[in-house]
Amino acid sequence: MQCQSCGIRPATVHLTRIVDGQVEQAHLCAQCAQESGEIAMLADPAALLQSLLANFAGAGGPELQTTQQTVCPTCGFRFGEFRTTGRLGCPDCYEHFRAELEPMLRRLHGTTEHRGKLPRRRGGAFERDRRLGALRKDLQQAVAREEYEEAARLRDELRRLEAEGG
Amino acid sequence: MADVVVSSRARLARNLDGVAFPDRLTSELADGVLRRVHSAVDAFGGGWSFVRLAELEPVDRQVLVEKHLISPQQMQEPQRAALAVRDDEGLSLMVNEEDHLRLQAFQPGLSVRETLAEALAADDRLEETLDFSFTPELGYLTACPTNVGTGLRLSVMLHLGGLVRTRGIAQLLQVLPKLGLAVRGLYGEGTEAAGDLFQVSNQITLGQAEEEVAASIERAAQQIIDQERAARRMLKDQALAQTRDRVHRALGVLRYAQLLSGQEAMQLLSEVRLGVEMGLLQVSPEVVNELLVMTLPGFLARTMGHELQALEERGARARTIRERLQKEGV
Repeated sequence: MQCQSCGIRPATVHLTRIVDGQVEQAHLCAQCAQESGEIAMLADPAALLQSLLANFAGAGGPELQTTQQTVCPTCGFRFGEFRTTGRLGCPDCYEHFRAELEPMLRRLHGTTEHRGKLPRRRGGAFERDRRLGALRKDLQQAVAREEYEEAARLRDELRRLEAEGG
Repeated sequence: MADVVVSSRARLARNLDGVAFPDRLTSELADGVLRRVHSAVDAFGGGWSFVRLAELEPVDRQVLVEKHLISPQQMQEPQRAALAVRDDEGLSLMVNEEDHLRLQAFQPGLSVRETLAEALAADDRLEETLDFSFTPELGYLTACPTNVGTGLRLSVMLHLGGLVRTRGIAQLLQVLPKLGLAVRGLYGEGTEAAGDLFQVSNQITLGQAEEEVAASIERAAQQIIDQERAARRMLKDQALAQTRDRVHRALGVLRYAQLLSGQEAMQLLSEVRLGVEMGLLQVSPEVVNELLVMTLPGFLARTMGHELQALEERGARARTIRERLQKEGV
């Protein structure tokens, strides 16, 4: 059963309450139950978040059991620790534990692709990469749709942008 | 707007490139982060102060928590943490909290875009001297994956006295999470939020540009404002005598009480605030805002110059409120 409030996470909190003499049933996930104030499950929101993240991280089955022992070569962080703290060790953890983190990011944010601000000084190169990536994707789609005129235009733009970068 | 939205806040989480997150740092490396941030703040020019939390008295750290300038976690573990703050306290940086940097812009009233612009401008200036952890795919990298991407948390604090009294609040608390927004009581949880103050903020930080987040928070705030005003109209139309009685009684108690618990003071101040917002009482809203902060435990202890026993604190709270209201001629 899905949570009645968010419609995304599974309902794990089942409440019966009486409002104005009417009996109501509510089926909520832990997060929505906490947020609706219906139930004080964990007094500390940070602790709740950590336990949620830990559940996300722990829901991967046997192959994840092995990564629990995997160590980030940069900082020595064990992915298993994430289950208790909800925090990673260093920026490189995102790369080393990519396989474990991607499904979690998708569940948390609905995507794994950043949009928004780029760093100011180094942003130019990132901006170009972002545009190149978008153009390549458009080109593939144009070819798949057999829109060759559009594909040619995209190819020229792609070449021009690649040439600009030297 | 100021009759419903108390304040707006924008927070950006940032980490220095090539440095482990604060949890994993040795004291030397944590100290290195402090020094790098300190010199970046120095480059801002005047009007800023930088303070290591370990050098402060516990009561002063508590005051900073009550002003939302540092986190309770930093108050508990001040050793590696620091605070950089602009003199007007509208812009500040927590150093070595969960992330190396938490940049915060704060303004009274509904100023979502303004606080965002201010935070982003400060971020630009920091980036002139600091390299932050960033990848084109995931954006700004943060210790907790819930902040990765923009690292942005935009929030508005709302006084929803009307919705709480007309029972409209429960619905609101159910709807907002569906829109990807988090809502919580500023003090306390859910419908039991003390002082009827609620904070609405974005949950998603990845895949939404900063301006989109600002637009959705503003949209939500506008809708909540409309609902709150409708609730106040309902109180005026259907329960004017009772509402007038409640807000005047609250003012009476605040004006004469000799002992006040924090909870009671907050509830009474909320009644008075509602009375002011509905035009039933002639008290300046700034006085209410001021009293809300001045009567928190850390502020009272600092004003009195020592840690307070429970009874002493209740007495000091009641006196602070009495004297402030008297000064105001209320």
